Amino acid sequence: MTTNLVQKNEKKTNLRNRLAAGILLLVAGLAIILLFGLNNKPGLYTTFRLTPQGDKNVIPIPDLVLPVQPAIYILAIVAFFVGGWQLARGIRSTGILAGVVAFCFVAAFLIWAARDNSMDLVGMMNTSLVRATPIALAALCGVISERTAVINIGIEGIMLVSALASVMVATLMHNLYAGLIAGMLAGMIVAGLHAILCIKFKVDQIISGVAVNIVGTGATSFISNRYMQVHAEQLNNSGVFPNIPIPLLVKIPILGPVIFENNLIVYLMLILVAVIFVLLFYTRWGLRTRAVGEHPKAADTLGVNVYLTRYVNVILGGLIAGVGGAYFTIGSVGRFDKLMTAGKGFIGLAAMIFGNWNPIGALGSSLIFGFADSLQVKMQILKTPIPSEFLQMAPYIVTIIVMAGVVGGVHAPAADGTAYEKQ
Amino acid sequence: MPPVLELRGITKYFPGVLANDAIDLSVEKGKILALLGENGAGKTTLMNILYGLYKPDKGQIFINGEEVSIHDPSDAIARGIGMVHQHFMLIPVMTATENVMLGVEPIRNGIFLDKARVAKRILEISKQYDLEVDPQAYIGDLPVGAQQRVEIIKVLYRQADILILDEPTAVLTPQEVEGLFKVLRSLVANGKSVIFITHKLKEVLAIADTITVLRSGRVVGTVNAKDASQEKLASMMVGREVNLVVRKKPASPGAVVLSVKDLYVRDERKNLTVNGASFDVRAGEVMGVAGVQGNGQTELVYALTGLAPVVSGGISIMDKPVRHSSPRDILERGVAHIPEDRQRHGLILPFPVRDNLVLCTYYQPPFAKGLALQQKVIIEMAGKLVDQFDVRTPSVFVPVSTLSGGNQQKVIVAREFSRPIKLLIASQPTRGLDVGSIEYIHNRIIEKRDEGTAVLLVSPELDEIIALSDRIAVMYKGKIVDILPAAKVKKTFLGLLMAGVKPSEALQEAPATTQETEVERVF
Amino acid sequence: MNAKATQTNPEGSAQKEAPKSEGKRRQVPRFFQVLLVPALAILTGFIIGAIVIAVSNDAVIAAFQNFFHAPSAALAATWKAIATAYGALFSGSIGSFTEIYHGIQSYYATGDGKPFLLAIYPFTESLATVTPYILAGLAVAVGFKCGLFNIGAEGQFGIGALCSAFVGYSIHGLPWFIHLPLALLAGAAGGAIWGAIPGFLKGLTGAHEVVTTIMMNYISFRLSDWLLNGPMKATGYRPLTPVIEKSAMLPRFFPDPQRFNWGFILALAMAVFVYWFLFKTTIGFEIRSVGANPDGARYAGMNIVRNFVIAMTLSGALAGLAGTSQVLGIDHWVGQGFSAGYGFDSIAIALLGQSHPLGVVLAAFLWGTLRSGATRMQSLAGVPLEIISIIQGLVIVFVAAPAIIRWIYRIRAISTQTIVLTRGWGK
Repeated sequence: MTTNLVQKNEKKTNLRNRLAAGILLLVAGLAIILLFGLNNKPGLYTTFRLTPQGDKNVIPIPDLVLPVQPAIYILAIVAFFVGGWQLARGIRSTGILAGVVAFCFVAAFLIWAARDNSMDLVGMMNTSLVRATPIALAALCGVISERTAVINIGIEGIMLVSALASVMVATLMHNLYAGLIAGMLAGMIVAGLHAILCIKFKVDQIISGVAVNIVGTGATSFISNRYMQVHAEQLNNSGVFPNIPIPLLVKIPILGPVIFENNLIVYLMLILVAVIFVLLFYTRWGLRTRAVGEHPKAADTLGVNVYLTRYVNVILGGLIAGVGGAYFTIGSVGRFDKLMTAGKGFIGLAAMIFGNWNPIGALGSSLIFGFADSLQVKMQILKTPIPSEFLQMAPYIVTIIVMAGVVGGVHAPAADGTAYEKQ
Repeated sequence: MPPVLELRGITKYFPGVLANDAIDLSVEKGKILALLGENGAGKTTLMNILYGLYKPDKGQIFINGEEVSIHDPSDAIARGIGMVHQHFMLIPVMTATENVMLGVEPIRNGIFLDKARVAKRILEISKQYDLEVDPQAYIGDLPVGAQQRVEIIKVLYRQADILILDEPTAVLTPQEVEGLFKVLRSLVANGKSVIFITHKLKEVLAIADTITVLRSGRVVGTVNAKDASQEKLASMMVGREVNLVVRKKPASPGAVVLSVKDLYVRDERKNLTVNGASFDVRAGEVMGVAGVQGNGQTELVYALTGLAPVVSGGISIMDKPVRHSSPRDILERGVAHIPEDRQRHGLILPFPVRDNLVLCTYYQPPFAKGLALQQKVIIEMAGKLVDQFDVRTPSVFVPVSTLSGGNQQKVIVAREFSRPIKLLIASQPTRGLDVGSIEYIHNRIIEKRDEGTAVLLVSPELDEIIALSDRIAVMYKGKIVDILPAAKVKKTFLGLLMAGVKPSEALQEAPATTQETEVERVF
Repeated sequence: MNAKATQTNPEGSAQKEAPKSEGKRRQVPRFFQVLLVPALAILTGFIIGAIVIAVSNDAVIAAFQNFFHAPSAALAATWKAIATAYGALFSGSIGSFTEIYHGIQSYYATGDGKPFLLAIYPFTESLATVTPYILAGLAVAVGFKCGLFNIGAEGQFGIGALCSAFVGYSIHGLPWFIHLPLALLAGAAGGAIWGAIPGFLKGLTGAHEVVTTIMMNYISFRLSDWLLNGPMKATGYRPLTPVIEKSAMLPRFFPDPQRFNWGFILALAMAVFVYWFLFKTTIGFEIRSVGANPDGARYAGMNIVRNFVIAMTLSGALAGLAGTSQVLGIDHWVGQGFSAGYGFDSIAIALLGQSHPLGVVLAAFLWGTLRSGATRMQSLAGVPLEIISIIQGLVIVFVAAPAIIRWIYRIRAISTQTIVLTRGWGK
């Protein structure tokens, strides 16, 4: 009898959650109609281009042409249907729900925004990936550092320093690869300082991270003002890594031009995600890393060197963030400007949390941020009536919502943020 | 043949404390040495030195007659020393296999972990020593007894010859203790040596070959288990005759103060740990909750004090339902709470003694007028309480973190007892304290009972429960399985109940009460 | 293991007989110690700053290329570079003592106050600069006391400034004693809302305030871009708000161009208020308890969420007032990039001041005068302004890690309270 009571209580909360989610879905469906479905002239079409213009590497496939009004109605109906299903029967995975709503809403928005116009969908997906690159690298740096329980919010500063170092060395040596290596080294040095502060001197990890950010921004802005802008030709003009189409793979429709026609740093990011994932869950280094992050004392009693593991991981994280820094200069514009990372390091941390401290998850959430970013650029081109400043806010608002919404569902390494004290 | 392990003159200072003072100790091959001593006698410190977790300030360690120096655990492991810690060194989110292999991971194909090999070896070990474990199970899902078996396998996997077990029985039921002893006997039969750390006399006599007794960091003596008796060991351990029972008058219970009905509570990991508990506590009686740690006592106390949400069921204090009340509402109903973890819950460590003494009443007159704190009144009252409760502190202005554990606990007791209270919830009120403080706090609790306060005492120390309680509720897997009068209850019977044996079956195995009341040590 | 209990005083130690004056006697060196580490941290920051100045100076580098022929010339060039930079920094922030002396003389001789006012101009200008730093530093300090790390002071500063400017220019014809308080309140309220949002999110969902406040910063930047280019833009090309009404301005003490104003008094008053609030009231007691031990605070019946929200709201309001004081007292309008740098500066000030209102005021004095002098340093000595950021970051490191300072200067450790903020994400 008593267990029944508990079950009843559980059922009540479940029902409440189900109702809430269902109503949310219905509201989303309604929003799709109200925001995008009204006031459209009949007979309008939206064209999504699936082949990049003038790209000879790619086998052209026909564009996707959608009638605006029916397409939006269909998306709204899908949202209604899923919402109704949720109300009536309940769907277990909140991930699927969120995915469906997000897809319907975003698709409807795109169709509406590009109505009577054409939009380079493949190009936008490619831009999303490119824009996600520094975020994913920052997130990856966070992942391997926090898996040993060292929080690193100094990634922003690390990326600025390595951005500057890579463009400077690349320009001086006329070699982009030398620049990339310099960026990695710079990242490792700055991360190493953070590691020493946190591990040896037991400075609060967040304060140390803030200090790294302040010194990083200060020093790079100082050098930028004092040298980089004054002697731009000699120091701050490196050129960028060219896009290298991968033979054969680039010919795959849609996927080819999105993934397999990018520059070295984007490929490097994808490879790093895969490699770190395998290392973290299937190797000795990974097992020890995770153990140190969960229960450093237990690892210590088994002869795992906690301090060494932390140093190695934080510095390795610096290397990865260094690649991320290099992206900003030799990976995209070929010159350094102060404060050019524009908060990507912090967004990377949010992506890491959203991705549940898992490299693949971190990449996935970085792609969402990258998409939001590229969307905003596209919208400015399409001249939607929404002020561009508001679109620019989107990634930040998404970050806050994500932080507020998912924190309960993710599991941080148990010892995250605590210094280890050996007697 | 030289002893397997010998310690000579081990000395270790902590700031302000001499934890180990020239300790000599030796262990023979294939024997069990018990290291007996009170909390704080220096047993764990000594073993942490042996295991390379602490560095000794002086002294030598010999293994098989050869002097060795042990700088860190990997040295100890390499020398064949293994340790099962009091607080298990296991990672809950990893499997048994992963926990066992950590630090000595076999590798296949150059870089990948060879989990299959480790799992196979675990099964071999578990067969050899009768240690049942599922290699694929996640530690967080295993019961405490199984976790301990993983710990022992972890040590055996590293081919340890000398096993140190630090208070291994603290978290086990009497029946699980028997299982552990069986394992230990099969270990020594296979030529391993065991150091068994404990403060429980009976266990020592049951399992050990030799017994070394420690008191305030010194070796008091070493005796053969055959020649020892409980009384002799007790006096060696404590150094003076102690009052073995708490003197108290018979209780005169009044009206029901706390009533719990069909209570369900989840722990932080969302498991239902309190599973339909029901009981009443009356004014003027001590209700003891006995049970092996981790059977829902912590969550029960959290729910009663408003610190954890109730899933379902009812709690009423003085006939008023408090299921949805905040901690403050419950405090204001006259509930005092001595928390299990005094440093986490009971005190704000960096705050001065003065502020900790008004932690629950700072907002009420006369300590506050509107928003403004009345510092003068607070200081005056703090001075009085410090005198009244014999808190040893240089002043009421020093941070409470600078006080000793016993005095910190006295600060909590002083604070909670200085309010007008109807119900006292005391959770492990004497954990980790010295004899003097234990006696003091026990007497204070009985004093409160005699004033007509209802007392709910939760403790894993069966002896403490028996000594203080008027009635004993046994908690197993989140349920109160039986409530017994404390006066004549038999310990073995309680033990069976704590192990989950149904009361009716337990009666067949052991009588519920005895004629002559057992004289037990209180700690 | 019972180390926790044994580490502290053993039972019945000599302390029982220790008289109560013991506590007082110790306070003098303790006080000294509290000041010693920050002082050495600042000194070390400046020494490293000096090295950076020297290394980045063309004349010094040229002189060092010739070091073996003329070592003294190289050292002289180094000295000159550093002295010029720090000299300019000093005269730009405090002024010249001789000029002040002459100013006083001429006032007594001729009754003309102008030379004196001119001579103290750098100093009053510094005080004017100090004003927002006091308020913003207090904002971060209040957060620290509740265990919250408010990196969002910059955004709250900006929103406060925009709100007060809006009230300042859009309402006409009010007497100053209504208009000025209204504008101040609007600024404080704007900042308070911007701070309360992360406080709420932290309390209710556990979203870490470090990330959310940073995101709120970026949102506020975009919002102010939009406002300054659109709804709040004055006529003209540049993205600026109109100038506020005279009735909303904080009165100045001296005639133009001296901008030293009543905002300074307001800031000091707020410091006193924060001290009283944190240490003398029940809410302050709760906030400090939550900051020091949230579990203990919950046990004692305190509402954690409410305290997070109160602390972040107060923190935001103070940061908003900082922006307000800048608008109503100094600039009288808001332009793009208005709040840049205040966020991290205020963190440095709160850390340097050890989160105590008095400490914050002192640290803000140091910071404001440095910032105020840096412009002059840039124009006279050609050293980029950002050198101050480098020194600032280093000071934070040294203050947060006293171990480094003790290691450099071989000071024996005493147990001072260290700030612990990290509690993982969302716990």
